[in-house]
Amino acid sequence: MSEGATGQDPELLRRLLRAKDRMDAASHEHWPVRRLARVSRVSEAHFARSFRQAFGVPPHRYLLTRRIERASALLRDTDLPVTEIAFQTGWGSLGTFGRIFRDVTGDSPGAIRARSRAAAQELGPVPTCHVSAAQRPDLTIAVSEKRRRVARRYKSTRGTKEMP
Amino acid sequence: MTQGVQVVGLYVRDQDEALAFYAGKLGFRVHMDVKNGDFRWLTVQHPDQPSFQLGLFVPGPPVLDAATAQTVRAMVAKGAMPPLVLVVDDCRAACDRMRAQGVEFTQEPVDRYGTVDAGFRDPSGNGWKMLQARR
Repeated sequence: MSEGATGQDPELLRRLLRAKDRMDAASHEHWPVRRLARVSRVSEAHFARSFRQAFGVPPHRYLLTRRIERASALLRDTDLPVTEIAFQTGWGSLGTFGRIFRDVTGDSPGAIRARSRAAAQELGPVPTCHVSAAQRPDLTIAVSEKRRRVARRYKSTRGTKEMP
Repeated sequence: MTQGVQVVGLYVRDQDEALAFYAGKLGFRVHMDVKNGDFRWLTVQHPDQPSFQLGLFVPGPPVLDAATAQTVRAMVAKGAMPPLVLVVDDCRAACDRMRAQGVEFTQEPVDRYGTVDAGFRDPSGNGWKMLQARR
């Protein structure tokens, strides 16, 4: 059978899922491919490609979505300062956190905090993990690519205005 | 109860393995285990909830063709099946008990929203949330 969308060996997929679960459980930790590959018991070279094929995103980008998701939840549900949330969710600096957060969600942590608090009331009885998963950012392109596209749009808008 | 949901099925990769998990480790009881050729109707029930059966089914012929079965097996192994929620009296105690049995936890018990929840998977990849009942 070819390695199409469903062609991967279920035994391998189950082991890849274990690596995904480990990132879910501790997204604030450092997850180099070597560590993930060990969890899935596959070679490093094999891991990144197999993970991407199985879950549609490269492992590091998946980790990023989980961190943003968790940061968004902390912004909504706690009064922790943004700096504290940045460190708790695995970022080395507030600057990197703010930049990536804005790139992924299109808004600043502070603005997301204000908006999600207003909307949170309605979801009360749904199990929290499912609410959280539903609000996971859908990051289908790399953050750098998303940034480039926004920049290009910005430039072209400005370009149009300046045209006679 | 005369009306309501009676059986909800899960797809598993191996029925013997699933039975060992749900009956042996989680404490469910076998409700029905009937074979007809390659087809095996296997349902288990929670001891506190005799009106509801959890079906443990293997995707395959004669119900599904080989290619569809392969897709379903892949989905289960990727954890892509819908959420399942188990309610327990004491999440931490249940966690300790299940962990001692070798259950694979995906999330440690967390106190939040006035209750405690944890996450685990069955051997096939079906994901469960374990919630402590609010009192």
